[in-house]
Amino acid sequence: MIEAKNLSKRFGAVEAVRDISFVARDGEITGILGANGAGKSTCLRMLYGVLTPDSGLACIDGMDIGGETSKARAHLGVLPHAAGLYGNLTARENIHYFGSLQGVGGERLASRTAELVGILGMESFIERRAKGFSQGQRIKTALARALIHDPGNIVLDEPTNGLDVMAIRNLREMLLALKAQGRCVLFSSHVMQEVAALCDRVVIIGHGRVLADATVQSIRERSGAPTLEEAFLQVLGDGAGVS
Amino acid sequence: MHALFTVFGKEFLENLRDRRTLLSALLFGPLFGPLLFGLMVSRMLNQSVVESDEPLRITLSGGEHAPGLTRYLESQGVKLSVENLSETEARAAVHGGRAQVVVIIPKEFAARFIAATPAPVLLVADSTDSQTRKIADRARNILGAYASSIAQLRLQARGVNPLLAAPVAVNDVDVATPTGRAVVVLGFMTYFVLFAVLMGGLYLAIDSTAGERERGSLEALLSLPVPRSSLVGGKILATCAYMCISLALSLTAFVCVFRFVPLERLGMSANLNPGTALIFFAICLPFVPLGAALMTFVASFTRSYREAQTYLTAVLLVPTLPIAFASIYSLKTRSALMFIPSLSQHLLMTSVLKDEPIAALDVWVSAGASLAAALLLMVLTARHWRRETMLG
Repeated sequence: MIEAKNLSKRFGAVEAVRDISFVARDGEITGILGANGAGKSTCLRMLYGVLTPDSGLACIDGMDIGGETSKARAHLGVLPHAAGLYGNLTARENIHYFGSLQGVGGERLASRTAELVGILGMESFIERRAKGFSQGQRIKTALARALIHDPGNIVLDEPTNGLDVMAIRNLREMLLALKAQGRCVLFSSHVMQEVAALCDRVVIIGHGRVLADATVQSIRERSGAPTLEEAFLQVLGDGAGVS
Repeated sequence: MHALFTVFGKEFLENLRDRRTLLSALLFGPLFGPLLFGLMVSRMLNQSVVESDEPLRITLSGGEHAPGLTRYLESQGVKLSVENLSETEARAAVHGGRAQVVVIIPKEFAARFIAATPAPVLLVADSTDSQTRKIADRARNILGAYASSIAQLRLQARGVNPLLAAPVAVNDVDVATPTGRAVVVLGFMTYFVLFAVLMGGLYLAIDSTAGERERGSLEALLSLPVPRSSLVGGKILATCAYMCISLALSLTAFVCVFRFVPLERLGMSANLNPGTALIFFAICLPFVPLGAALMTFVASFTRSYREAQTYLTAVLLVPTLPIAFASIYSLKTRSALMFIPSLSQHLLMTSVLKDEPIAALDVWVSAGASLAAALLLMVLTARHWRRETMLG
């Protein structure tokens, strides 16, 4: 379970995130929806602890990421917006590096890697160096790297960016599988269809605030709009919610 | 600790597969100095051979006015090419490079010589060219020797003891030992050794910091449950490893070059053999973590590979500053100077080259000061890595 409790963050004069609170529950996929620059990445970065909030708490399974950083992070898999790989290492070495830093070693590292290679369909390139990987291969490796320690919570920042249809479909199946295993999945996106197709709950962010936090169904019903896109635009009002 | 070694292992392996790192750590850095050094010494050797073995060649004009002088020059083994030149023509010939040194004996020479008043001789040469300057000096010496032998004969003919005309006898005593003389030439060798150390870690320091940010792997790395100090420690340790390899290669290359360059023919000898190379390695070892920490520290503030390259190229020159300062003020080994990294290594290595004894305390102070500076930079780097601005 991932909890944002009254998170605020400003960069100089810009108030990127103002008093954001929501809960992403286990066994659900929660989507953070917002226009570019709405504060999605800042919010996620506070949740996985690379940014310190000016006020508020970010908790993973009840542990404060600012206080019990290492323990909280061990329960969390992260796929940041920029998910670069080490080009001179093979996909397997990339995954093992992160696994080893997560404290996964020996037998367990090998079996867990084999498992992820099977689930993500990485057999054809697992021993290849990451230098010439396609965007899809790169995302799969980065995802395997984020899941190597079998975390109960997964945060993904715009994971579908730059992926082709097949790869997006793959990713969608992967996220549904994670949800079926009872994990908490939180991802950000600015693509409506994606969120509508996947998410149990949606948190709409604009101007650094939570504008709506509900199921896809109830957001649609409340706004009276036929599609999520319409509802989204209604919730945002003017200016597309960019601060 | 486990995480630190994991980071170390990964950085070491990754850069072992990187051509740029390997070229700078294993080829360019360690071999540049020794090769340049070998070339320079060979060239000096050639020049000194030209000086002493080759006969002196001068162009003589108006030799018929001084047959005695002409005979004397020939008896001294000077190769004369006789040409009739006016002063202006001689200037043009020297300027145009057709002749190196022209000696003109004017018409009035004979009359003045007989009258025992100073007889003029013109020596035309270009002193900006070091090669011609040496030839002109030799010509001047021979002409001087001729003049003093004539002076002695004149005094003797008048019944005066020629020794009266030599009231002072100057004797040169040169205390420069062959090793001491070599140090002037070898002075810059120590810089090349320190240069090799820094070059060895240059690309790894860039790749593990700015490179990590540029390829977008930094954020994922920073979100792991690993203390930032372990990340920084592992990266610096890997940089140290490459620097040590580069240092070892550089010293090996220097030992080889010294084998093949006949320093003795320049009247020099240097105390550099496999044994002293090991001492050099030990002296430079504390400089390695300092160099690695300095480069990682500087590179951590840069946003891109290119920016890091620009700043770190400047860092390559940092160890020259104390060394240049010391040679300008010709500082001798003193305990107080052992607190200055790079200068202390330079002075200790120079002492070993000169075969002078080095004080154990100096070695400890040098190592301690370098390691303390390294530690400080590591702490500062780790602190920077804990900041949010690291994300860029």
